[in-house]
Amino acid sequence: MTEETRAIQVQQEQRPTVRETRRRRIFAPAVDIVETSDELMVLADMPGVRQEDLEVILEKNVLTIRGTVQLPAMQDYDLEYAEYEGGDYERTFTLADDIDRDHIEAVMKNGVLHLHLPKAGPARMRRIPVKTG
Amino acid sequence: MLEPLFPWREIRRMEREMERMERDMERIFDTFFPRRRRWMEVEFPPLNIWTNNEQAVVTAELPGIKPEELELSVNNDTLILRGKRVTNELPEGARYQRRERFQGEFARSLQLPFAVDADKVEAHYENGVLTITLPRAEADKPKRIAVRTAESNGKEG
Repeated sequence: MTEETRAIQVQQEQRPTVRETRRRRIFAPAVDIVETSDELMVLADMPGVRQEDLEVILEKNVLTIRGTVQLPAMQDYDLEYAEYEGGDYERTFTLADDIDRDHIEAVMKNGVLHLHLPKAGPARMRRIPVKTG
Repeated sequence: MLEPLFPWREIRRMEREMERMERDMERIFDTFFPRRRRWMEVEFPPLNIWTNNEQAVVTAELPGIKPEELELSVNNDTLILRGKRVTNELPEGARYQRRERFQGEFARSLQLPFAVDADKVEAHYENGVLTITLPRAEADKPKRIAVRTAESNGKEG
């Protein structure tokens, strides 16, 4: 049991960093990763990102999530006090081999990315019903 | 030298300039020492306050909450924001591999630069960002005082 789950872990390879591109920063979103018997679910806080501004890219076993933020138009205002700076989001994960790459789903809900990574392989196969004659 | 007419305005302008310089410094710092944990920097939710002479706009990064569970109250120049962010119960046998997102109750109290008209405050939640528009109270707005000249005073010849 433990061996099996270890094989399906999402490994975080690249450090989340802050980079600057076209004067906007890129932040690493905070994530929760939940594992069930069927899937891994990644929840990422990406406030300001709409579904259409979300990019999920799988290259070999590296999964990148990227969200572009529509900054509010505040040209008529002065920024009086600031605790956060508008920017985009990016974070990279390395997938283990047991993730079913063809059935990855990503949905934005109220600024939270819900990424479903179904497990393939033995854990999944056990659930296929067997029809009898 | 002439004293500025509104010293607090001048102070605020200087403060803003200082903040801008600080941000620029941070930016330079970040390129050498990447900031990893943005979510640890400030209290939840992080807020920005924008103002002009007419109103204030407060924005909060509040992803994944139910807007009906937010409690907003305004008293004179103080805005209080309360709520909680709880995640759903995990299904049977599920476990966390990583847990970085804020969970729990939060309460923030903000003092605005002017009194606001509580009846006209509007809040809007979209894509995990809460935007609160707070019009300045009429009584608090600066009034333009007409300067009358002898001529307009109705004196003739």
